[in-house]
Amino acid sequence: MIELRDVSHAFDGRMILHDVHLRLDQRRIGVVGANGSGKSTFARLLNGLLVPTQGRVLVDGLDTRTDGKAVRRAVGFVFQNPDSQIVFPIVSEDLAFGLKPLRLPRAELDARIDAALRRYGMERYRDHPCHHLSGGEKQLLALSSVLIMEPRHVILDEPTTLLDLRNRNRVVEALGDLPQRIIVVSHDLDLFRDFDRVIVFDGGRIVADDDPAPALAHYVSLMS
Amino acid sequence: MTLGLHLPGDSVIHRLPVGWKIGCLLLASTGLFLVSDPAWLALALAGVAILVIVARIPPSVMARQMAPALVILAILVAVQAIFASGREALELGLRFGALLPLACLVTFTSRVSDMIEFIERITAPLARIGFDPAAVALALTLAIRFIPVLFQLMTEIRDAQRARGLERSPLAFFAPLLIRTLKMAHEVSEAIEARGDPAPPDGPAGRSRANRK
Ligand SMILES: Nc1ncnc2c1ncn2[C@@H]1O[C@H](COP(=O)(O)OP(=O)(O)OP(=O)(O)O)[C@@H](O)[C@H]1O
Ligand SMILES: [Mg+2]
Repeated sequence: MIELRDVSHAFDGRMILHDVHLRLDQRRIGVVGANGSGKSTFARLLNGLLVPTQGRVLVDGLDTRTDGKAVRRAVGFVFQNPDSQIVFPIVSEDLAFGLKPLRLPRAELDARIDAALRRYGMERYRDHPCHHLSGGEKQLLALSSVLIMEPRHVILDEPTTLLDLRNRNRVVEALGDLPQRIIVVSHDLDLFRDFDRVIVFDGGRIVADDDPAPALAHYVSLMS
Repeated sequence: MTLGLHLPGDSVIHRLPVGWKIGCLLLASTGLFLVSDPAWLALALAGVAILVIVARIPPSVMARQMAPALVILAILVAVQAIFASGREALELGLRFGALLPLACLVTFTSRVSDMIEFIERITAPLARIGFDPAAVALALTLAIRFIPVLFQLMTEIRDAQRARGLERSPLAFFAPLLIRTLKMAHEVSEAIEARGDPAPPDGPAGRSRANRK
């Protein structure tokens, strides 16, 4: 479970998030809000990429302020632009990147890479240069590289924004099958229809936190 | 754009450990500089050609990879021929004509991750004098990985400027290139941190980065 206790965050003295107090224990949680409302800041707080200027963020009891490394191992993060997340030139090398410190035997490493590729039917790309993949395949690779670390929670910040409809659907389908807790930031409201909970941000505050239907209705009325 | 850094394959040369390949490359290049008889150099060139065939690298791919260097080599050979002698020009041409494809062969048949691992291993002793092999290896990897991304970015920006009739303005090209490169660098460092940052394990660097801003 991820818990935020009286969390506020400021950049250079400017308050971006105000008094967020939450327990995130549903399996699929959506986050919506206008541009600049603080969603990405919120997402970055959840895995310790940012440490709050006030309050505490706890992931399965670990404080992001003091246990940053352990927290990041428990919480995977998928960003908007897959080009910025893929570190190695070849698909299988990128998948292996995070596993390196574990010093797995070669056979086990290969087995894990194969399993990760099979998940999204990308076996044939094992030795391909990453920059030859389509946008959707790159995002699936970025997601696979996160999942291969077996995190308990996965945060995704606008994972489908740069994708066309078909690729978007592939990524959405992939998300639906994940056993992990997922927290998805998106402007794509359709994505949240069958989620367990949707949180609406406005001006750095939570203005709705409910089932998808009422929360999204609130957001739509807010925007009109 | 295809940037042929690594061509997957399973030839004998592909399967040779990277350390061996780099070692042989070093030996061969030293050897090529000790020898000056054109007959021997021509033999070396033929040997390299055989290796390229054994590795099953298509000649067209090889040619494309070497084209820029070959142009420079041609100029140097011409200069030698004019200002020195025909024999020296021949020597130069053969020597580098053998060395270039050999170096390409090593990059084509080796995976970047294996090369990085090799670099990490041989630089490991330097850790004692404060040199971080993992960090340097990661930096090298990123440089290689982002070459195609940068090319794509440059094409995008050039097209955007052209669409606005600004193709002659260097500022209109370099300003967005710089901004987007910096933005990407920031995103990449964040992504690496989110993915577990295998480079600096527990050092203060990792901490301070998490708390920055
Ligand atoms: N590193 C930073 N330094 C200073 N200000 C920042 C930084 N990151 C974000 N901000 C500011 O914080 C506010 C919220 O940004 P955030 O990225 O969290 O919004 P968002 O809800 O994700 O928006 P979007 O929908 O556009 O992605 C914005 O006003 C932004 O300018
Ligand atoms: Mg955002």
